[in-house]
Amino acid sequence: MPDSTPEAEGPGPWCTTDGPTPDTHGPGPAPAPPAEPCDLAVIGAGPAGLAGAVAASGLGLSVTLLDGADRPGGQFHRHPDPALGAARPGALHHDWSVFTGLYHRLTSSAVTRLTGHHVWTVVRDGDLWAVHAVTGPDGDGDGDGDGDRDGDSDDGAGDGGRPVCVRARAVLFATGSHERHLPFPGWTLPGVVAAGGAQAMLKSGLVLPGRRVVVAGSGPLLLAVASALAAAGARVPVVVEASAYRAYARVPRALLAAPHKLVEGAAHGAALLRHRVPLRTRSAVTRAHGTDRVEAVTVSRLDRHWRPVPGTGRRIACDALAVGHGLVPQVELALGLGCATRRTPDGTYALVLDGVQATTVPGVFAAGETGGVGGAQLAYTEGELAGVAAAAHLLGRSALVRTARVRELGRRRARLRAFADAMARAHAPGPGWTRWLDDGTDVCRCEEVTAGRVREAVADYGARDARTVKLLTRAGMGWCQGRVCGTAVACLAEAAPGPRQPPSPERRPLAAPVPLGVLAALDTEETGTRDPDPDPDPDPDPDPDDHPSHDTAIATATATADITATTATATADTPAEDSATATDAQACSPPDEQ
Amino acid sequence: MGAAPRAAFEITFDGRPVPALSGQSVAAALWAAGILAWRTTRVGGRPRGAFCGIGQCHDCLATVNGRPNRRACLVPARPGDAVTTQEGHGRAGLDT
Ligand SMILES: Cc1cc2nc3c(=O)[nH]c(=O)nc-3n(C[C@H](O)[C@H](O)[C@H](O)COP(=O)(O)OP(=O)(O)OC[C@H]3O[C@@H](n4cnc5c(N)ncnc54)[C@H](O)[C@@H]3O)c2cc1C
Ligand code: FES
Repeated sequence: MPDSTPEAEGPGPWCTTDGPTPDTHGPGPAPAPPAEPCDLAVIGAGPAGLAGAVAASGLGLSVTLLDGADRPGGQFHRHPDPALGAARPGALHHDWSVFTGLYHRLTSSAVTRLTGHHVWTVVRDGDLWAVHAVTGPDGDGDGDGDGDRDGDSDDGAGDGGRPVCVRARAVLFATGSHERHLPFPGWTLPGVVAAGGAQAMLKSGLVLPGRRVVVAGSGPLLLAVASALAAAGARVPVVVEASAYRAYARVPRALLAAPHKLVEGAAHGAALLRHRVPLRTRSAVTRAHGTDRVEAVTVSRLDRHWRPVPGTGRRIACDALAVGHGLVPQVELALGLGCATRRTPDGTYALVLDGVQATTVPGVFAAGETGGVGGAQLAYTEGELAGVAAAAHLLGRSALVRTARVRELGRRRARLRAFADAMARAHAPGPGWTRWLDDGTDVCRCEEVTAGRVREAVADYGARDARTVKLLTRAGMGWCQGRVCGTAVACLAEAAPGPRQPPSPERRPLAAPVPLGVLAALDTEETGTRDPDPDPDPDPDPDPDDHPSHDTAIATATATADITATTATATADTPAEDSATATDAQACSPPDEQ
Repeated sequence: MGAAPRAAFEITFDGRPVPALSGQSVAAALWAAGILAWRTTRVGGRPRGAFCGIGQCHDCLATVNGRPNRRACLVPARPGDAVTTQEGHGRAGLDT
């Protein structure tokens, strides 16, 4: 593949709007956040967070907007660095003009924008919330994992991971979602990539994983991904969808109530037709073939329960596979504060929200995919609602949420949520998918734990849930903290004989990897951060593993710290660190490295 | 979508030159050169590269300028960056 950078090409027919590129280039060195507490900290600068920050600021709140990425826009409006010189970034986007309009309002507002800030925990701090973040492109810019305690951030990339704490009177979680994955034999081969990941790499880096890319999995995102890849010059031999799109026919009212979604779907359909991309429903990629990279996939028919129908496998040559099975709300920061969750129609967990986006914890709001996956339109709507509601809450002006505009936003939200629920129901994974796993398939990519070992934990050692499987096998204990394998492990554990236990929402002590040095430095003066209350909220749950205390957060950090290149030694060298941290660090190293 | 890249420069991957564009991540530059794997796993020694594309899976860990465990999908490519295949936990040869 000498050059897989997309060729210059006119906008695809999915491009409904277009506009100028906002200069969203990161501001260089991250600005110091205000030392004074702000009214509202917004975490996530996707559609929901942008709308929330702008609305709240417009009503007079002081707002700080944090995002791990170096440019605003979130997943939907992910766009190339202006330095890449894409002439029309909007060509890959619906609603680009909505984004540029909002971005313009953001830059002309008083909102403090902190790009490149990875939030790893939020804790109560007296009457305030303390939002802890690390800076840099991957949260540890100088790569020595010390959170730049040694002050050498300038010796390399100049983007060292600096700890930052923003204190706020209220918090808005707009952290979006991550993809759901159902493993299959061969899915760890290079060239097999996440569907949304391929989309993200294309949108931000203008690159493709291959020339002939099969798109597979389930959910409406696949159509968007396939049309974008095709328009960028990839050949897409087939889009493989596990559900039957017929399921939509059962929800005509919800469909009719969301005309925007229909238009979008039709546009993707037209793009696929134009590029002669066939859509095969009720089918799945049940195996990827190749030795050092993917060379072909087997596509099999599925029955109603997503069990592969024997004898239907067909081999399709390709040099890449983009695969994903929908999205999972990213709620761990809110879970850490005790916010209640609900199970969505496709089996994920989303935050419980009232009519104006308040979570069950006073002063904590959420919008967009954190309240249930529903797309960018819904995220914009909920973000604005949340911004207004936060202002009403903090200013004590309940009239703010009784305006005609808020009622209109509420109606739009109800319509879009109904559609999202219908989609989720249509694309909910069938229980039979686990039949396409063989015992040698790695289920946990990080720790290389096979389906066979997970099944053994369930059948022979009586594991009944993902947490027990994790303790027995290390599945889900690795770098991604179970984001990638969580669904699969839960499904395999659910297959245990006896009464079924629905999986519980996945708790992760750390929302972003954080260098050990940052944790160790939390109670020292020099970083300017405040010590998060070690037990911010007396824990009513007696199960220590379920509600991680700050200590377990530190312990888990070490598994993570492995990737941020931290060693227990680095911590031990730090004079100010407390001994519990070092002990936990030791206890938590992978056994093969002790 | 028309791309009129301004600044093109070189990085290296295991010593061989790879073109990159200003604003691309290390992973994007490698993909553009047809390179899909730049890490071997700790247990099975299997090749891996970018998977999630957004910083969450950690499959894309690379050693960049001697520093292991950088997420290549997040780290921007800079002129002269030396990217090397990361073997296992990436600490071979490091003093730990
Ligand atoms: C990989 C991927 C690709 C997608 N591609 C498309 C697409 O092409 N078309 C489409 O219609 N929909 C796509 N989606 C769905 C998309 O999420 C929604 O349509 C829409 O963007 C939701 O808006 P949001 O504001 O709720 O979340 P997002 O747009 O996801 O924004 C969340 C923001 O929060 C930030 N964030 C998350 N956690 C932290 C943290 N701990 N610290 C700091 N910042 C944090 C993220 O960097 C991100 O910018 C994609 C989703 C994913 C996961
Ligand atoms: S590709 Fe998943 S973290 Fe980089």
